[in-house]
Amino acid sequence: MTNGFQIVVCGSLVPDPLQTLEPVSSPQGPGLKNETMLPSVLDPWAACALYEAANLAKQIPGSKVYLVSLGPKAKLQQLMMTVAQKVPFELVAVDGSASGFTDAQQVAEQLAAAIGAIPGLDKSRLLLFGGCSSASRDAGVTLQLIGERLGIQDQFTAVDELKVADDGSFTVKERIEGGRYQVSTCTGAPAVLAWATGSLPEPPNNPQVGMMNMRGVMPALMKARKAEVNTGAVAYAATEIPAQKRDTRIVKDTPAEEIAREIVEWIRR
Amino acid sequence: MILTLLHTQDDGSLPKAALETVSAAISLAQETGAELKVGIIGNDAAGAANAISACGASAFLTVSAPEVASPRYATDAAAAAALIKTSGAEIILAPGTSRFARCLPGAAFRAGAQADTHVVSVKAEGGKVVAQRWFYRQRILGSFTRNATPWLLMIDSGVYEPFSAAPGMAAATEAAVEFGTEQKTKFSGIEAPAADAQTIRPDAQLLFVAGAGWTKKQKDGQTHVGEAGSLIQGFLKLAKASLGSSKSIVDMQSEGQEALTFITHMNQVGQTGSTPRHAKGLSTCCHGEEPHVVGWRFINERRAVNLDPNCGWAQGKADVLYVADAFEVMSKVNEMLQA
Repeated sequence: MTNGFQIVVCGSLVPDPLQTLEPVSSPQGPGLKNETMLPSVLDPWAACALYEAANLAKQIPGSKVYLVSLGPKAKLQQLMMTVAQKVPFELVAVDGSASGFTDAQQVAEQLAAAIGAIPGLDKSRLLLFGGCSSASRDAGVTLQLIGERLGIQDQFTAVDELKVADDGSFTVKERIEGGRYQVSTCTGAPAVLAWATGSLPEPPNNPQVGMMNMRGVMPALMKARKAEVNTGAVAYAATEIPAQKRDTRIVKDTPAEEIAREIVEWIRR
Repeated sequence: MILTLLHTQDDGSLPKAALETVSAAISLAQETGAELKVGIIGNDAAGAANAISACGASAFLTVSAPEVASPRYATDAAAAAALIKTSGAEIILAPGTSRFARCLPGAAFRAGAQADTHVVSVKAEGGKVVAQRWFYRQRILGSFTRNATPWLLMIDSGVYEPFSAAPGMAAATEAAVEFGTEQKTKFSGIEAPAADAQTIRPDAQLLFVAGAGWTKKQKDGQTHVGEAGSLIQGFLKLAKASLGSSKSIVDMQSEGQEALTFITHMNQVGQTGSTPRHAKGLSTCCHGEEPHVVGWRFINERRAVNLDPNCGWAQGKADVLYVADAFEVMSKVNEMLQA
């Protein structure tokens, strides 16, 4: 591996998981109530992909990490205040909706165009990373479509481990049914890796990394291309939160033995 | 026309999720009056076609070349795209298995189709095919159609009853596929935990969830991680339950804290984990916060054991909350199950 990888991570913002989400309708299609006001985080599985990318880049000299994000410019700027302190990357921003109701086909088209326009991008060194699905659309479609648009034939989904050999070939573990892994080898880049959680913890904030990243983040946001993404060919008939509130029976001040008996009877029923 | 696109397993049989998709396709074909075709990829695809020959399909297309003997994106996508194109179908239903999740959106792109995944309902309404799936990690349910065909819908497992009928003889036709030159990716194998260490059991009746409370200081001011591990593993064995976990108990390992090492990210349920389907779920030492509970969307009967009477489970997220010490309760439960 003489020149290292160019690792492009696709990831955008999603509402903070602790927020209550309520769907609303508009002429443009469904959205979230107070969507612009909702606090956002970097999509969790994409964040795992970013941390894995940074870790890989650190191990292989000459590697570089790009974070390609499609989202409203102002919200991306807010998000970068925290994300930029985690690991070194160069931001490629695309200004458009990050709604979970937009069509993956359109999003993929925009992201593939943004990746294709990265100056000096060498596809023979390209590893395209992202989450195996987002916490918004939650479809697991976009990364494959970007890979197809970029002509990448080797793709992996729900990746938890990537081990790169000295010659640039690598071994991948993908999650499959029943808590098992499918293990594959690939002779080298380019490849698409849609990550599950991986194995790395969230890096602590590093103000030095933050300052270094922010030098590139602000110009990237300034020149972010406007992208028109919407519901595409999807016609929504309804979006709703199902009424699932249960009438919880609270059992307290009861001996453990009695509780255990009730649980065992319930399990056996 | 509807194509139900399936794949076989190593032994040539169809996975349960594939048989469920066959049921969905039969139902949709009856509702729409559309012609039904079947496409099968993998080892002994013709044998699998025989197994479902009674499904009412007008044609069975197969790809059983050595290139698709094992799952791999490039070859599976090529085979699936070929079957979609050859069939001429407007609607394609496929199971949301890991093998198809890896390749079908890409295959749809190659075939000029649009793909939707995690579909939990598909039916005909007002002359259109209407699907349902969840958005924002099981928080919002959307009903929609697509004004474009071909349209590929990947059906989540556990929604439809598996198709079942006596096998017969299907006149399967092997489809021609261009696999391209030498493949860069090679399948090496499947890594599975030892049978007695397997904690993820998708077919189990009960999901048992362990939260971070198991590793915290107990009444005596000490942690009892070893005892917690024995109680949890003992219960899984006795109840034949599947093990889920909260995110925090998994993260402890990477943060260097004393942890339950048999619990991994694979067990994680919720926002950054799985959304399993089990008839019952028992949560222990977990607060029932929303990012975790979104993973319980498809658990019908829910009970929880927690010391906090005001935890998330008490807020209408469980049917029963036992405010009690999980160590004491699960110890008694194990005794009773063993008796």
